[in-house]
Amino acid sequence: MSLALLVGALLAIGAVVLVAAPFLREPAPSDDRLLRPGEGEQRRLAQAEERDRALSALKELEFDHRTGKVSDDDYRRLVGVLRQRAAETLRAGG
Amino acid sequence: MPDLGRAALVTSFLLLVYALVAGSFAAWSGRRRLAASAQNALIAAFGATAVASVVLLAALARHDFSFQYVAQHTSRELPLGYTLTAFWGGQEGSLLLWLLVLCGYSVAAVLTARRAGREVLAWVVPTLGLVGTFFALLLVFVASPFATQAAPADGAGLNPSLQNPYMAVHPPMLYLGYVGLTVPFAFAMGALLARRTDERWIVATRRWTLAAWAFLGVGQLLGAHWAYVEIGWGGYYAWDPVENAALMPWLAATAFLHSVMIQEKRGMLKVWNVLLVVLAFCLSLFGTFLTRSGIIQSIHSFTQSSIGPWFLGFICLITAASLALVFLRLPLLRSKTRLESLVSREATFLYNNLLLVALALTILWGVVYPLLSEAVTGEAATVSKPYYNFFLHSFGLPLLLLMGIGPLVAWRRASLRALGRTFLWPASAAVAAGIALLGAGAGSSRVGVIAYTFSIFALASIVLEFARGTSARRALGGVGWGGAFSSLVARNRRRYGGYVVHASVVLLAIGVAGSSAYQTVREGRLHPADSMTVAGNRLVFRGFETRTESNHRAIRANIDVYRGGDYLGRYRPGKNQYFAEDQVSNEVSIRHDLLTGGDLFLIADQVNTDGSIDLKALQKPLVNLIWLAGLVFLGGSLIALWPDAREERRLAERYEGAAVQI
Repeated sequence: MSLALLVGALLAIGAVVLVAAPFLREPAPSDDRLLRPGEGEQRRLAQAEERDRALSALKELEFDHRTGKVSDDDYRRLVGVLRQRAAETLRAGG
Repeated sequence: MPDLGRAALVTSFLLLVYALVAGSFAAWSGRRRLAASAQNALIAAFGATAVASVVLLAALARHDFSFQYVAQHTSRELPLGYTLTAFWGGQEGSLLLWLLVLCGYSVAAVLTARRAGREVLAWVVPTLGLVGTFFALLLVFVASPFATQAAPADGAGLNPSLQNPYMAVHPPMLYLGYVGLTVPFAFAMGALLARRTDERWIVATRRWTLAAWAFLGVGQLLGAHWAYVEIGWGGYYAWDPVENAALMPWLAATAFLHSVMIQEKRGMLKVWNVLLVVLAFCLSLFGTFLTRSGIIQSIHSFTQSSIGPWFLGFICLITAASLALVFLRLPLLRSKTRLESLVSREATFLYNNLLLVALALTILWGVVYPLLSEAVTGEAATVSKPYYNFFLHSFGLPLLLLMGIGPLVAWRRASLRALGRTFLWPASAAVAAGIALLGAGAGSSRVGVIAYTFSIFALASIVLEFARGTSARRALGGVGWGGAFSSLVARNRRRYGGYVVHASVVLLAIGVAGSSAYQTVREGRLHPADSMTVAGNRLVFRGFETRTESNHRAIRANIDVYRGGDYLGRYRPGKNQYFAEDQVSNEVSIRHDLLTGGDLFLIADQVNTDGSIDLKALQKPLVNLIWLAGLVFLGGSLIALWPDAREERRLAERYEGAAVQI
């Protein structure tokens, strides 16, 4: 029973200390705001996702062409559009 | 010790309530330290739940029958291994396992999924806290594993069906799958609550979703094998509601794993993906409800209990709140791009999604309908095998075909000429196989021939995809065939791991079709020296033998098996009579033929007092491919899960600055 009591007490103390740790570590922080990304950061992220998507689409097309899934005609028709799109996203700073 | 268990559970409950309430307030008001404190509460809840679990395990190991749970699910003669697996053999213990796994997943996901972004993570914590609070509440107030009593001399023992080595791994695997689906759900809700509907929540939970899905898949196959070798009716899947309960979230998660690729590659289907995550999670809760509420009579429903209404209420709350949130965030979830062609890779993914969801929902209706009919009319209607088989054939066979078509079709759009070229070999192989099967007499089952033909088509397309990819990679120069192959897989582990998983599904389909459409069954009453024949095997009954083990008496029939003039060995189907549990179990005997993949399956249906036996013998062609499929599935899942350093670098660069801990 005493061991159980000891373990229970240690558990409770440990839990309280862990939960209070952020406040114990910084009792009076200069800034306690949960920073949210600004519009600029959100735009940068969206552009980065768009850039990766465009580059990945270009790579997929190249690979599908090499493996015969995309015919030469389809490749010629699509590659220009995708390259242009990729260039736009890179220019946009993505 | 029960006091320590109870105290640990109460501590866990309070910590989870704190994570929910303080975490919500912190995320809503934007308080950094409070959000970090709520996150720490999740970590502490894991510790408290682990302590409670250790207390229960210790009580089981010590046969402490003052714990009602220990007395109800074990006995002194139960071997230690099964005594410990009784942890999840009953309702209270399995709820504790749910909570332990949930807290473990929560801690691991929150600490590692930093790419989700701090504002998303701040909402993920209270979402995980909400689910944890529900389970902790059940354990503290409704179904405590630490209820005590005056200790009886011995316990009631464990259900004999659960006294099988598979019980050590099958339930934990399923729970890792069920509970793991909480992670993508929490991140999806976190993203919606934080109004951040970009890809970060998907990137952050990619591996967690895949892992949960793989656990659920492996868990089901282990369960099927357990049913096959232990339950003793000669099958591995009976469309039991509780078996269906694990299949439904797996199907929804499978649909999500496919459709999420369309969002990643094309920025489409954002609403659909969130809905699939909600569906998969709600179905996993529903699965736990079915298993643990005792609402359905099933081999798996070991207990009747009072937790049903709680579960139903929680499922309704989660479903309503999630759908309301998705509705509120619809403007943020609109896609900018559209499907360019109905003949494209993304279109095949869409068809696959519709079929998977349709299959999951028809199975759900089959499970729910008897309950509804009983509630309305007072009589439970029966939804049996033909209903499920009809929809399995209607949706499953096209899915098998799509599995072969998908890899052959290009993204965005595909011309007929390109399709003709890529389809030539797989289609020719499939047609040739179909004709050969008809010639070999397989036409007795139309569904079987179609399944085999589609399987060959899918397998050929997978092989072709690997071959063409390797060839294309080698053409870039600098490497041989081996190097090109490994570079191909290493550069796109998810795709090629996925193809290996597809191959496992093909093996599964071949195994299921072979063992169900083409199985042979013979039954007969045999006296000693009598014989019967099944699929060319002559079975001679040589009489019974009995032996007494620590917790049961075993009776076995000696059956000698001959094929042609060859003696293939002695097999011993029979029954076990368990003393403490006062139950009898069927113990089957199986002859595996590794060359053909088939099994000779023997069941002692009835042991008669006049020394005769009612023997049931089944010849199940290709059934072992189902278990082989499990290994291939695991291999494919591991390939897909394996970290990709190149991808990690790309994502690190993309999310630079956003990956800040709370």
